[in-house]
Amino acid sequence: MVEVTLWGSLGAIAGGKSKVEIEAKDIRELFRKLAEQYPGLEPYIDRGIAVAIDGVIYRDTWSKELPEGAEIFLLPRLAGG
Amino acid sequence: MNFDPRYSNRSFTSVGTRPIRPDGVDKVTGRARYGADFNMAGQLVGRVLRSPHPHAKIRKIDTAKAEKLAGVKAVITAADLPDLTDGDAAMYDILDNCMARKKALYDGHAVAAVAAVDARTARQALKLIEVDYEVLLHVTDVDEAMKHTAPLLNDAIFTEGLEEKPVKPSNVTKRTQFGHGDIHEGFGQADFVVKRSFKTEQTHQGYIEPHACVASVSSDGTADLWVCTQGHFVYRQHCAQLLGMEASKLRVTSSEIGGGFGGKTHVWAEPVALALARKAGRPVKLVMTRDEVFRASGPTSATSIDVRIGARKDGTITAAEATLRYSCGPYAGMWAEIGAMTAFACYRLENVRTVGYEVLVNRPKTAAYRAPSAPMAAFAVESAIDELAKEIGMDPVEFRIRNAAQEGTRSSYGPVYGPIGIGPTLEAAKNHPHMKAPLGKNQGRGMACGFWFNFGGQTCTDLNIGMDGSVSLAVGTVDVGGSRASLSLVAAEELGIAYEQVKAVVADTSSLGYNDMTDGSRGTFSSSMATISAARNTIKILRERAAQMWDIPVDDVVWEKGHAIAKGEKYGNLAALSLKEIAAASGKTGGPIAGHSELVADGAGVSFATHICDIEVDPETGTTRVLRYTVVQDAGKAVHPTYVEGQYQGGAAQGIGWALNEEYIYGKDGRLQNPGFLDYRIPVCSDLPMIDTQILEIPNPNHPYGVRGVGETSIVPPLAAIANAVSNAAGVRMTHIPMSPPRILAAIEAERGG
Repeated sequence: MVEVTLWGSLGAIAGGKSKVEIEAKDIRELFRKLAEQYPGLEPYIDRGIAVAIDGVIYRDTWSKELPEGAEIFLLPRLAGG
Repeated sequence: MNFDPRYSNRSFTSVGTRPIRPDGVDKVTGRARYGADFNMAGQLVGRVLRSPHPHAKIRKIDTAKAEKLAGVKAVITAADLPDLTDGDAAMYDILDNCMARKKALYDGHAVAAVAAVDARTARQALKLIEVDYEVLLHVTDVDEAMKHTAPLLNDAIFTEGLEEKPVKPSNVTKRTQFGHGDIHEGFGQADFVVKRSFKTEQTHQGYIEPHACVASVSSDGTADLWVCTQGHFVYRQHCAQLLGMEASKLRVTSSEIGGGFGGKTHVWAEPVALALARKAGRPVKLVMTRDEVFRASGPTSATSIDVRIGARKDGTITAAEATLRYSCGPYAGMWAEIGAMTAFACYRLENVRTVGYEVLVNRPKTAAYRAPSAPMAAFAVESAIDELAKEIGMDPVEFRIRNAAQEGTRSSYGPVYGPIGIGPTLEAAKNHPHMKAPLGKNQGRGMACGFWFNFGGQTCTDLNIGMDGSVSLAVGTVDVGGSRASLSLVAAEELGIAYEQVKAVVADTSSLGYNDMTDGSRGTFSSSMATISAARNTIKILRERAAQMWDIPVDDVVWEKGHAIAKGEKYGNLAALSLKEIAAASGKTGGPIAGHSELVADGAGVSFATHICDIEVDPETGTTRVLRYTVVQDAGKAVHPTYVEGQYQGGAAQGIGWALNEEYIYGKDGRLQNPGFLDYRIPVCSDLPMIDTQILEIPNPNHPYGVRGVGETSIVPPLAAIANAVSNAAGVRMTHIPMSPPRILAAIEAERGG
């Protein structure tokens, strides 16, 4: 079980929650279960969400494991120049 | 990905040196081929008809007369680019931007295009196309567009992110919020509070090379596209999707690039050129004019930002908040969202909240511009930080050092930081001789900090060993700032050979696996990771081949300084085999030797910079002169320090232009008044001092060499650093960018009470 923090606007879509607990071993499972439990998040996941694990931002490595006790933070997927 | 990207402390032989750039001779002799330098046999000239109205319904387009003109081979409208986006809203916006469908949404929006035997005929044909417009009310100002009385650009848009679902459509596409703590409690603890509002005008990346491409479509459906782009694989995906092609049948080759800075990250003219070529049955070359680049490519947002920061007498910030309104052009974006994330990222804050609003206006579609959205947010925040330091009576550098984020700090956008460089850049700035240099009359010094995320992405690299032992490195990230030199250094480092033995090229889309584009400061970060991986895979094969040549177990062969070495006393008589010797024998040991890598480079590592500048202001005319400018930035590890310095200097130069001169000026008719470099003035050499640089190297733990991206952060602090310098020189706080002479003069006169 990992605790996942949602950024402000995303929290509003997940029923006003800023943190949710999810049983997930990696980013792929996290997104799948988030979409199952909070269907409103699915379009955001489809559009792209990055995951910060202990401060390191992962945009595409969905196989990245979520260590027990790690800080998991969801962020918008960014554009760059 | 079977590759360990973790940093390991090591010494370097090639990395960190400054060899001559491999693309230099071609670029200074004119041999290098840019977008417009390529031609195909029988090619036609493409030209685009653009809306003169900022907002208008397109009732009808009659192309009959143009089609009948001798020499015209194809005329297209939106009907020739049907919607194949299958519900992908972002791609639909790109399609609509390439060719207006129901409405023209800004001055310069493409409505039709022709392909003709020459430019004169193409221009004549454009004049023969009859467009029946119903002109609508327009809005170009970000604050005006937010008012409920403003003309609506798209009545299907309802603001996302509000607590209550809106019942009326709006030009505000989205509200976003970031932060933590309790700002009300934080401001309650403050002894001093600064509250200010700021505006920044829209600017263009100002790349010297206009958008240009040559497209050819065969009757069997295969196609070629030669194009100036930051990401040819991404362009292939976009074009294939928009034209209903299979990606593998479209080969895209990237030209040399005369600047992109975010403005060449999605398609503009390329689907139009391909559609024309498909219809005409002949290749089509389409080159934007400078006027078209300004009116109809992707500048950055205009902004309106409110900032409030509170601090105790001892200089500790207790609370910070910002409301950021960013223009997106006529299509939804995430520009204010990025501004809201970056605004306070430099600081350690207990209580912080930022709110962003994305606003539609009748201007061109906003595109990324080098650390997109961060410079404007930094301008507002760093200006307020300077004022707060002044109110408290603290030195602005000391104030920032006291409140700087550090390892373990919860960032204002959410996660806790790992090892970061904001503190060291501030300390370096504090101790820099620039800080202690004397100033004269009407001169002021300013400094500011900046932050950018950086990112990585999908990356693919091939490393091929020639029969003569020379090394070809094929990469898929377009070289926008010297990555071919840097990646050659990395390959040389891993293989233990000379830099001159490696030649890097940017491969076309049919020669290499998919690569994300060169954006987010990812080119060298990502492709160096893939190059290290490919080189290590190559070394494994080289060891196997050496083992064959010696007829010994491969486990007994190690790779050192470009040679296979048989380890252990029992092989004491075996002379080391060089890469050249192993390559020469490769035909008899298993064939060609190559290493490949396909990976997702994540963990790019955030980046910080601190800039210092001195400005002289003429109080009679409001003109400014940049006297001295210093950039201090963390590079993680500078692979080719000269290129890193070039990135620092380039970002500062663009920031100086943005801060002092550059702006889109729209008339009341909604038309752009200054679409050319005479009236949209970017800095030239004589406007700038030599920009001094200091590279700090705080290793990124998620790259084998500690590399961080360096391309974007350097444009984040200049707006604020210059605003602080001008404000100190003129004795009045400047709150509107650009600080052009009329604005400075008006501010000085207002301060004098006149």
